[in-house]
Amino acid sequence: MDIFLQQLINGLVLGSVYALVALGYTMVYGILELINFAHGEITMMGAMVSLAVIGALALAAPGLPGGVILLAGLAVAIPVCMALGMLIERVAYRPLRNAPRLAPLITAIGVSIILQNIAMLIWGKQYIPFPPILPQGHHEILGATISDTQIAILALAVLIMAALILVVQKSRLGRAMRATAQSRQVASLMGVDVNRVIASTFIIGSALAAIAGVMVSAYYGLAHYYMGFLLGLKAFSAAVLGGIGNLGGAMLGGLLLGLIESFGAGYIGDLTGGFLGSHYQDVFAFFVLIAVLVFRPSGLLGARVVERA
Amino acid sequence: MTLSAHLKSRWLIFGLFAISLALLPFLIDASMGRSWVRLLDLALLYVMLALGLNIVVGYAGLLDLGYVAFYALGAYVYAWLASPHFGLHLPFWAILPLGAALAGLFGVLLGAPTLRLRGDYLAIVTLGFGEIIRIFMNNLNAPFNLTNGPQGINLIDPVQLGGASLSQPLSVFGYTFSGVHLTYYFFLLLVLAVIFISMRLENSRIGRAWVAIREDEIAAAATGINTRNLKLLAFAMGATFGGLAGGLFASFQGFISPESFNLMESIMILCMIVLGGMGHIPGVIFGALLLTLLPEALRYTGEWQRNLFGQIYIDPADLRMLLFGIALVAVMLYRPAGLIPSARRRQEFADAKA
Repeated sequence: MDIFLQQLINGLVLGSVYALVALGYTMVYGILELINFAHGEITMMGAMVSLAVIGALALAAPGLPGGVILLAGLAVAIPVCMALGMLIERVAYRPLRNAPRLAPLITAIGVSIILQNIAMLIWGKQYIPFPPILPQGHHEILGATISDTQIAILALAVLIMAALILVVQKSRLGRAMRATAQSRQVASLMGVDVNRVIASTFIIGSALAAIAGVMVSAYYGLAHYYMGFLLGLKAFSAAVLGGIGNLGGAMLGGLLLGLIESFGAGYIGDLTGGFLGSHYQDVFAFFVLIAVLVFRPSGLLGARVVERA
Repeated sequence: MTLSAHLKSRWLIFGLFAISLALLPFLIDASMGRSWVRLLDLALLYVMLALGLNIVVGYAGLLDLGYVAFYALGAYVYAWLASPHFGLHLPFWAILPLGAALAGLFGVLLGAPTLRLRGDYLAIVTLGFGEIIRIFMNNLNAPFNLTNGPQGINLIDPVQLGGASLSQPLSVFGYTFSGVHLTYYFFLLLVLAVIFISMRLENSRIGRAWVAIREDEIAAAATGINTRNLKLLAFAMGATFGGLAGGLFASFQGFISPESFNLMESIMILCMIVLGGMGHIPGVIFGALLLTLLPEALRYTGEWQRNLFGQIYIDPADLRMLLFGIALVAVMLYRPAGLIPSARRRQEFADAKA
């Protein structure tokens, strides 16, 4: 039972990070029908920038409490990522909005290669450790342990997602976003500044990615210029799993993927009699993804669209 | 121009083209060095891969991001049957078709459950499939050593053709052909065959049906096209070419590991097609050659830096991928239909802009 609970906790924490990144994919896809391949790299940039700030501050002012240093890191990383997201949309996607769908996909790939290599040129190829500024407290619950960092990640993720839902459902911008997602043309006829709405979508998604990037590097204790790739891939899978374009779907998909991964890694050895080990963690996620899509092609929460000519 | 003169000039152009293709490795060897001939061999392999994926993406319009899985399958089949790993040393003409056929079978296996999926969902499923294959290859060294894990398989036999090995120099009439030159001719022959098949497919009943499916699947089905079988056929044919290229890659390198078959490779092949001009054979060939040779050429940025500034600021090996990314974005922004688009796509673009 304690293993079960432990994997449940790990899965929820990991899943909430996936969900934050997945939200960025799903928001952009909902409006533009574009896989923003560079989104994982924005997450990586968030992690790297915040780590640079945190590392510098921890050296310069060792007396500062960990929470303040972390907030300072976030305070720099979030605007940097927002600016990046806006810039990418402006330069690489907006000119191609009416081009066939593969063209922006290629520019997205190009942008993600560019971001990776910029990060590599600035911070080098080595893993960058997360400085030990956070309290290392642990709590025991029914034989399973949960660290303060994990609690903070979970709480922050829930808070942010709640705020996002509020913005999308209640605010003027949110209404404009939903209208644009339904039909760009009609929305612009109703006086919605579509370009601004799309830019805002990228900015919000990038802010979420920056926060997720800091969470991942705090959770695993390191960051790397290549970390955005697999993270982005999994987050996108999570978005598709939940039903892409659907905010609730991205959250559900992220949490599910996190749980699947941690339970899969925890139990696969026992289930297969030691034939397959925990290094098949990633396979597990993709297998479930494929299975879900084959039986429910529009994702778990996606509307069943009838294809029209 | 009379008909016979016209035919004559066509044959003349064809002959000149053939001679220049035959002489190309010698020119490059003399001017740029042996390593570029080797690169040329590799570029031919990528032409084969790109033409294979072009059937799936360019003709049938099915976005496949896991294409490298078939390439990997072909390579591993070759490695298993012609290396000391299992102690088997079968001849290439037995293994290559086997690897290609197995890859084709997997293409159908992957295609069958995913036929109902549209565009991006198909992309993510194929991507997942590619990753699954790669992760299995990384980990199947225990409990039974099938793939030798991340270390990969070593000492794979080169192709043996009529007693001559493609990795050894061969003397003909006093002139010595090196291994990379022989490989060039062997690969060139196969690439020409793949081009021929692609061209015949493009103008066939099947090819036109694929285009119809790409443009509008429902309308295609309404005109009596069996969309299920034709999509499966596209998957199978693309995968077969991928498997063939994989086997050749294994024999050419003599060593394979899961590292060679990551997602970036799939994406690269897709970029070749889109950059060159989707669904258009000359465009795809050009894209494949460009994307294989460009990153290597960008290694010379070190020399440019020295000439310009007197010293090297950024390691050219680190810089070249950055420049490559910028080039990808720039080409797509200025020529979104690709560098050499087909007449049909160029027309579509003109329509979309108007």
